[in-house]
Amino acid sequence: MAHTVLHKAETRGHASHGWLDSYHSFSFSSYYNPERMNFGALRVLNDDTVDAGMGFGKHPHDNMEIISIPLEGDLEHKDSMNNVAVIKNGDIQAMSAGTGIYHSEYNKDREQRVKFLQIWVYPNKKNVEPRYDQITLNLDDRHNKLQQILSPNPDDEGVWIHQNAWFHLGKFDKGISTDYAIKGKGNGVYVFVLSGDVKVNDQLLNTRDGYGIWDTDKFTITAETDAEFLLMEVPMEF
Amino acid sequence: MKKKILAIGRHPEILQTVVRLINNNPEWEGAGANTDDEAVLLFSAQSFKIVLLCGGIEPDSEKRLRATFNALNPDAIIVQHYGGGSGLLSAEIYQALAK
Repeated sequence: MAHTVLHKAETRGHASHGWLDSYHSFSFSSYYNPERMNFGALRVLNDDTVDAGMGFGKHPHDNMEIISIPLEGDLEHKDSMNNVAVIKNGDIQAMSAGTGIYHSEYNKDREQRVKFLQIWVYPNKKNVEPRYDQITLNLDDRHNKLQQILSPNPDDEGVWIHQNAWFHLGKFDKGISTDYAIKGKGNGVYVFVLSGDVKVNDQLLNTRDGYGIWDTDKFTITAETDAEFLLMEVPMEF
Repeated sequence: MKKKILAIGRHPEILQTVVRLINNNPEWEGAGANTDDEAVLLFSAQSFKIVLLCGGIEPDSEKRLRATFNALNPDAIIVQHYGGGSGLLSAEIYQALAK
């Protein structure tokens, strides 16, 4: 029988730093809730808004797979591997911090804010060589179907990370429904609604709600309104 | 009394950052070690409540360090630190202290 966990949007942790407004689905930085530590290997899901002309200064990471999904505006990335890139809505960025990396992320625009999801997944291997990747996705490929944006396989669709994880984005018109078959044995899926209302099996979810489902082979997701959502399949044991 | 926390990691700048972040909390006192020898020396001289294993520690080193620390002070809590910065550090320490 499937197990589930529901995280309503308004129960997330919240931090306002002036230039940064962040909602934390799981414990992060000064937000600590022992009941909200992770969903399997998914450890961080931050829903960040960065003011115009502001950003995260140079800071370190190690041993974490870090995925950024811009939702609005452009974010400039610079790192200690000499990568300089701008990620924008429709892109996805993946970084394996491994043995250690420094990076900064800035909203270079003087007028427009940036909204993006910052997602951290525990790696399946420690101390890997740091790496950075970003790709531009075709937005049409998620209209009324699931678009794979991340996998464990370098040759597969989307970016890849050091974990047995698959991410999909969907932008469904009202009434569209699809089944999702879990790919990895022992994996679960964390559903995060970006906009609109969806049902996962019989559970209604609203904008920015999170819902984890595991111990099942598949589930059905239905758009109750026009809706966008992110599915994050991760190992429950890692 | 401040809780003493030993962070061990191979990346000097990240280790320095982790120790600085630990010391930002008035209830915690952090010390850092880049090498196994330095870590064992510090652990032998002070009563650490928590050991944080940061990035770059080879599996053989980790095994030796865990065995040494367990022998010297079985009450010390050894945890893997992930992320290399402020994101998860506090939660990892709070979780360890709750054990």
